[in-house]
Amino acid sequence: MPLVKSISTLGSYVTLMGKVFSIPDKWSVFFKQTVKEIWKLIFDSIWIVVIISVFIGAVITIQMQLNMASPLFPRYTVGLATRDTLLLEFSSAIMCLILAGKVGSNIASEIGTMRVTEQIDALDIMGVNSANYLILPKIVALVAFIPLLVILSMSTGILGGYFVALMTSMISVDTYVYGIQTMFVPYYVFYSIYKSFVFAFIIASISSYYGYTVKGGALEVGKASTNAVVISSVIILLFDVILTKLLLQ
Amino acid sequence: MIEVKNLVKSFEGTTVLHNINCVFNPGMNNLIIGQSGSGKTVLMKCLIGLVRPDQGEILYNDRNLLKLNTKETRKLREEIGMLFQGSALFDSMTVKENVEFPLVMFSNMTTKEINRRAMFCLERVNLKEAENKFPSEISGGMQKRVAIARAISLNPRYLFCDEPNSGLDPQTSILIDELINDITKEYNITTIVNTHDMNSVLGIGDNIIFLNKGKKEWVGNKDQILTSHNEVLNDFVFASPLFKSVREAAIDINKDLKI
Repeated sequence: MPLVKSISTLGSYVTLMGKVFSIPDKWSVFFKQTVKEIWKLIFDSIWIVVIISVFIGAVITIQMQLNMASPLFPRYTVGLATRDTLLLEFSSAIMCLILAGKVGSNIASEIGTMRVTEQIDALDIMGVNSANYLILPKIVALVAFIPLLVILSMSTGILGGYFVALMTSMISVDTYVYGIQTMFVPYYVFYSIYKSFVFAFIIASISSYYGYTVKGGALEVGKASTNAVVISSVIILLFDVILTKLLLQ
Repeated sequence: MIEVKNLVKSFEGTTVLHNINCVFNPGMNNLIIGQSGSGKTVLMKCLIGLVRPDQGEILYNDRNLLKLNTKETRKLREEIGMLFQGSALFDSMTVKENVEFPLVMFSNMTTKEINRRAMFCLERVNLKEAENKFPSEISGGMQKRVAIARAISLNPRYLFCDEPNSGLDPQTSILIDELINDITKEYNITTIVNTHDMNSVLGIGDNIIFLNKGKKEWVGNKDQILTSHNEVLNDFVFASPLFKSVREAAIDINKDLKI
């Protein structure tokens, strides 16, 4: 039974995406909606990305310093390990998991509320392709903007470690900066960005799907919002494994 | 004109609409009435294409809704205005933006023309002063009027109203009924109202279809309903003592006229 339900959900998700990826009814309206979504994303997400990244960057630096306090490791390893942890996993996968909670639940509840208050029916009756009008701008906005948030997260995370070096005596600033620059692989940045494109699509499309297919009232909107976050997170983790295998091997 | 022929709809083996045949005429308030669960909402959803019937035909001036392709359906939908039970205004848009929305999506008007048309529609429902407010900042009755303004912005040929008076006080209900009636007559629209408000039935019912357990039980107008001998209809319409006394008075007047 759960297998049949999963296949049926996947089927309706694919059908919905078919409706989403059609030519917009009016391009000018589509661009306006996309810009609106990007602004919303900027105001809603930048602060959380910066705060979390700075603190996690600082924590990773402290942890690295405490756990690598051994004559076997050169001291600059702290900067190097902090950088690679942020670039390879934190700024893409973990940040996108956080955004799935923040942005994903927002999308699901926004579209879900529109569904239960008949706003989506109103669009359909007017002859507007409601899936395309509501969901495509969100997907485009997230896919375009989340990679920029990932880059911001990398920078601010490294800055968090820098503050630790600057404000404590755990590691010198020069050693930290030397570690950050040592054995730098530019591909890791691109690897992270590639992953974030996929994760952004997962967050936007799955959350929209759960919002769009809500039936009932406020309680169901809440459930849809939770489901959107849970399922997006699981799918992000699954694709993290697949993409890591494909892109790093 | 909308013509419904032999319409049948079932959900999971339960037949909700049994072979419905009816005609909705332009310039008239066509009311669908019936108890909860009688199938009136399903009938309206079938008429606007939100639910696909199992059998039958829905003809919009000879265009069968069920046989139109996507492009033709979209074209037809541009001719339809809909007033939802909960208004269904877009809460992220102001009152004026709500009214402008269909014009932005489907007309080739300039921004100035769109603005002018939206203001005309708002003026028509006496809500010019609320243009910059959001739906959450206005009352339920005002929301209904904005929804009417939005519904008429594209000059629809067909107007559907799903329980337009639900949740409104009697005075506002009468205002909404009058507005629907005026707009219907003024623009010669085929208006279909789904209601169980007896004030609306007796006030604006030019053509009334009474559904009972998914079947068309009775058809008539607001004058005929007062003197009908259909027991099921009378039990439904004249359930309250007030309406019962109105009916008795109407029958007495009829008798006196015959004498």
